[in-house]
Order: sequence, then C-alpha cells, then structure tokens
Amino acid sequence: MTIANTPLKESSLQPKGWFRYFSFSLDHKVIGLQYLVCGFVFYLIGGLLASAIRVELTSPISDFMPRDVYNQVLTLHGTIMIFLWIVPVVNGAFGNYLIPFYVGARDMAFPRLNAVAFWLIPPAGLMLISSYFITGAAQSGWTAYPPLSITTPAAGQIIWILSVLLLGGSSIFGGINFIATILKLRRPGLKLMQLPMYCWAMLGTSILVVLSTPVLAGTLILLSFDIVANTGFFNPNLGGNVIVYQHLFWFYSHPAVYIMVLPAFGLVSEILPVHCRKPLFGYVTMVYSIMAIVVLGLVVWAHHMFTSGTPPWMRLFFTIATAFIAVPTGIKFFNWVATLWGGRISLNSAILFSCGFIINFVLGGITGVALAQVPFDVHAHDTYFVVAHFHYIVYGGSVFVIFSSIYHWYPKVTGRMLSENLGRLHFALTFIGFNLCFAPQHWLGLNGMPRRVAEYDPQFQLINQISSAGALLMALSTLPFLWNVFESAFKGTIAGDNPWNALTPEWLTSSPPPVENWEGEAPLVSEPYGYGVTQAEFEQSSISTYQEDEHQ
Amino acid sequence: MTTIPQLNKDSQEKGSEVDEHHDVRMFGLAAFLIADGMTFAGFFAAYLTFKAVNPLFPDAIYELELPLPTLNTVLLLVSSATFHRAGKALRTNESKACQKWLLITAALGIAFLASQMVEYFSLPFGLTDNLYASTFYAVTGFHGLHVTLGSIMILIVWWQSRSPGGRITSHNQFPLEAAELYWHFVDGIWVVLFVIFYLL
Repeated sequence: MTIANTPLKESSLQPKGWFRYFSFSLDHKVIGLQYLVCGFVFYLIGGLLASAIRVELTSPISDFMPRDVYNQVLTLHGTIMIFLWIVPVVNGAFGNYLIPFYVGARDMAFPRLNAVAFWLIPPAGLMLISSYFITGAAQSGWTAYPPLSITTPAAGQIIWILSVLLLGGSSIFGGINFIATILKLRRPGLKLMQLPMYCWAMLGTSILVVLSTPVLAGTLILLSFDIVANTGFFNPNLGGNVIVYQHLFWFYSHPAVYIMVLPAFGLVSEILPVHCRKPLFGYVTMVYSIMAIVVLGLVVWAHHMFTSGTPPWMRLFFTIATAFIAVPTGIKFFNWVATLWGGRISLNSAILFSCGFIINFVLGGITGVALAQVPFDVHAHDTYFVVAHFHYIVYGGSVFVIFSSIYHWYPKVTGRMLSENLGRLHFALTFIGFNLCFAPQHWLGLNGMPRRVAEYDPQFQLINQISSAGALLMALSTLPFLWNVFESAFKGTIAGDNPWNALTPEWLTSSPPPVENWEGEAPLVSEPYGYGVTQAEFEQSSISTYQEDEHQ
Repeated sequence: MTTIPQLNKDSQEKGSEVDEHHDVRMFGLAAFLIADGMTFAGFFAAYLTFKAVNPLFPDAIYELELPLPTLNTVLLLVSSATFHRAGKALRTNESKACQKWLLITAALGIAFLASQMVEYFSLPFGLTDNLYASTFYAVTGFHGLHVTLGSIMILIVWWQSRSPGGRITSHNQFPLEAAELYWHFVDGIWVVLFVIFYLL
C-alpha cells in the first residue's frame, strides 16, 4: 500500500517567507531551523544562568544571590542546556535538516508528527522558565533526586516534571520519525552501508531515545504522584526506595549523554572529510562503533550510583561495562585523527571547532574512564571533578560540534558565507574560555569542592575566580558569533551551491534548497566520502566499496 | 515500489507513478509501541525491585484475589481474537460482520474496565496505604488508561467502518489495523502485568 500525493497538497499550503518559521510548517528544512533557532535562544538563557552561577562563585559566601535562588538557577541551567538546547539541536535541528537529503527523500516519514514534536518544545521551555517568576523553580538539580525533590517546594518541581515530560514526548516522536525515515525512506538502491555517517549516528541515537526516554517519563509520573498524591514510591518515610528512582533515572540519563554526543560524532564525521579532502577513515568500523556504543550505553547506568550503596557485584559489572565503552569511542577518535592525517586541511572555522571537539572530547573521555573506576569515583563523586568531566563532554564535545556544524552548513541554509575572521575569533575565545573555565575545576574537585553549592571553603577562591574568568570569555565569545550570523545573512559573500566542493547530497542542490529538496530526481551519490577522486572516476568505481586505498 | 514522493507540479500532472512511497505508518506505530512498552518495563522493574529489597511486615501483606483478574485476562484475550475476526471480515469486504466483531471487542474492553473498577472498590487497601498498594494502582491504572483509549479507538473504527459512508473499507484498512496492533499490545502488556502482580 502506498500513500500518494499527500505531502504535495500539504506543502503547497505552507506559508512562504519569514512567517513560515513561526508556523506549523511541515517542511523538514523549516522545522530544522525552528529547532536550531529556538534551541539557540534557550542556549543564551541557559548561558546567562551559567554566568550567574560563575559570578556567585567568585566569592566563597553566597552574596550575589540567596542559596535557594542559587539552587533554582543551577537546576534551570542544567535542564535548559540539556533538554532545550543540546538534545533538540544535535538531534532535531541537524537531523531534520540533513537526514531527508542523506536518504534521498523529499521530507521526513511523518511530517506532521515532526511539526508536533517541535511545537512541544517552546511551551515546555516557557513553562519551565516561567516557574521561576511564579512560584520559584525546581531546586533539586536536573537529576531531581528524591527525597530532595519531594521535600523542596512542590509547585516548581511539578512544573519541572511536566515540562520534562513534554520534552521527552517531543524527543520520542522525533526518534520514531528518524528511525522510520532512515530505514524506510531511502531512495531505491541506496544501501545502509552507503549512508553518510550522520545517518548512522542518528539511527543509533533514535534507538536510544525510543528505548530509554519512556522509562524516564514513567519514573517522573511516579515522582509526581509522590509530590501531589502523597504516595511513597521514592519516599523513605513512607516505605519507598530512593535507589529505585536513581536506577530508573540513570537508565534514561546515561543514554541521554549518548543522545547528546552520538549525533555530534556523526556531524564531525561529515565535516572533517570535506575540509581535509580525504574520505572518512574506517567507515565500517565507525558504523560498528556507533552500534556498540548504543548497546553498551544501555547497560552502564549504575556507574552514576557507586556511592548509593550499590552492591559489589553491581559495581564490578558497571565498571567493566563502562570501561568497554572506551573501546568503540577510542576507535572513533583514532579514525578522526587518521582522517585528518595527511589531508589537505583548510584551517577554517568549521574544522577549528571540529578539532577543538576532538581535543576536548578526548580529555573528557579520559576523565570519564577514571570516574568509572570505583576506587576513584567514591572520592570524586559529586565534586567539581564531575562537573568538569561532564562539561568537557557536552560543551567541549557537543556544543563545539554544533558551532562547527553551523559554520559548515550556514552557506547551504542561507546561500551566504560566514566571515572567517569573526569565526576564528569566536573559536579562539570559546576554546580558551572553555578550557580556562573547566580545566581548573578538575583541581577543585580533586581537592574536595562539592558541586551544587553557593558557598565554599575560602582556599578555593582563586581557582574559582580563574574559572569565572574563563566563563566570561565564553560569554563574550557569543558576541562575534551572533554578529557574524546576522551580518552575513545580509552582507556575506554569495556562497554558490557547493562552496566546500562537498559530495554529500545536500550540497548537490541549490543554496538554499527548494521546498522539494531537488529539482527533479534526487542526485545519485555512490559514496559519501569519495574525496580525492574526480566525480567521473568515482562514478566508475564500484558503488559499494569504501576502501580508502583507492584514493592515494 | 519504493519511489520518492515528487513535490513539483510537473510530475504530479504526469501521473502518480512517482508520487508514492511506502506506507510507513505501521512501522511508526510499532516503534511507538516499543517506546510505550518501555514505560511499562520501567514500572515492572521498579515493582520487582521493591519486592526484592523493600519487604513488608508479614501482617501487612495482602494476597490479591485471583478470580476477578483471571476473568479480566480471559476478557482481554477473547477481545484480541474478536478484533482479529473484525480485521478478517474487513479484508473480505463483509462490513456488517466487521462492525459486529468490532462492537463485541469494544464491549469486552468496556467489560474489562467495569470489572477492574469492581476489583478496585473491593480491595481493602488504597492508593497511599503502602508501597505495593501505590505501585499496584499506578501500574494497573496506567494500563486501564490504555484500555480506555483503546476502547474509544475501537468505537471510532466501528463508526467509520459503517457501510456505506464510513472511511474504513477494504481499500483503507490502516485505521483498523493500527487500532488492532495497539489492542494486541495492550492485551500482551496485561498478560505480563497479570503474571507479575497477581501470580508472582
């Protein structure tokens, strides 16, 4: 059975011009940009909250804001950055924009569901932020551990739960859409092993989303019963069990780290080959590493709970499983380095941010392996060491890749180039600021400064001030970026259809692409990474081979 | 035929041979049901963990009665079979038979809900009495919500499969098939729930 014509009728009814970005548009490219811009607005809000945290921490006493406000600020910062910025942008924004191109389709499998998934996000975000002004926001951190989340003021916590449930629903709808699009909407003859790496990353991510997000949703429903209906699932006073909450929460929230970082892996794998004119090194091992990370990512959650009284066998199992994840991740890291090795690298903003990602991510990965070891973790748990590790993964990893991707795909989306000078300034400020902010936090954590506190031992003041100076640089780094994005949209040099001479399908159409993605048939791309050979050579070469030795 | 939907006007006028792609709606529904099933899996895992590590005092333990839930299990299993018959009847264009089987299925679903209510009101414990009472009501209630939604869906499918005038025919079976897959899923969840909550 087939569906005929329905996408056509709907998309011809779509509004045109700027207004479509504020409408219930079904065009995957419009939805992708909606995700990106909406996510960036929340990034700016979350960044302001982070700045407030760093200002507070320049002095050892809580003088900039009261302690309960500090708790609300850090809860909002974590929730906004994870659920409203990184998850929607690395999945929703780039996924929606790129996946239909990569599989050779005119749109996603379920365009209407796609629009619903996006439009769940702004109300959820507004609800979350408005809770601060109405009743006081949640105070229990983004983890919402009971009994803290049960004993802190209820209204803010319930609003937090509701908005996370909406965002989780949005994420699940998006994941179903990506799986169906990648597996079912590929153009005839396009085999799975011919897909660009980002498709694989999104397939793996979406599997994680579909399997783990519902568990978080169910857990938060039980938590809300504890808060409003006086049940005792997670309330020890009523015979409940807080550890069960932690297990269920981390069953989602550890995979959530991969939901944030796997798409970034995919995006980097798209960007590096283009800008160093070499095929991606080890395509097949990249695919298997992603799938290995998906499987292992589902069975390592309790390494977040080594200090929660987990029994020794559980500690042993989760330590070993976590150590195993370093293997596929390490394979990917070395493949990226090998892709760069000997390439004709053009050192533009896109590849600078990608290289920044590789450097930051390997540092964050190493501290991650360290934290997975029980003897180390019981000392570093809930200290600033964990904060530093986590930010190296999600900021140094995912956010660097988001910026890299914006520099890479901006010409395709707008038809104009970004300014390279401003881009390099943005990179320098971000990279220096980021490392200045978070590298000292390793030291703070190892010396015993706990996370999530507004007041600390005065001996930590100098290092905290250095960290705050780094945060200031990171905040400043947003200015050249914003200026660049706005100015280049009107005054940037015209990019042409394929300014990078890239070979993936989205570059083989006009910039910006037409509503139907291609005039006429989708172009046949035999291999996504055939750099170093001419188009004619590569059409002659066998379609299914990915051997790097063809390209000397 | 796997072809790509063409959105430009020319190809639409040329004909529909390139304007189609596979119907992936069932695939999407199946993916959603896997997600939904994971919600239940989380609840079951929580309940089993509670059982393993949070034992009640012996005098607080209440053994659930089996006759009514067993009847409920039979009601749902029979309703799966009757829904299957409805689908068969639709494929062979017997809309009267299809409607009859759908109505029987909906009646069985509503009978399940009624019987569940009878059980709720006959139980000696309430939602907040203890951990097990809370988990029991939360999980059976969440399942009951699924049965309620399913019964409403079946009634909509029943109304839309009337002949003439309904939108569901042997040429447009998807709504019925989707509701059927969902219903089988809800029944399957009940069987697992029955084993975990009543038999274990």
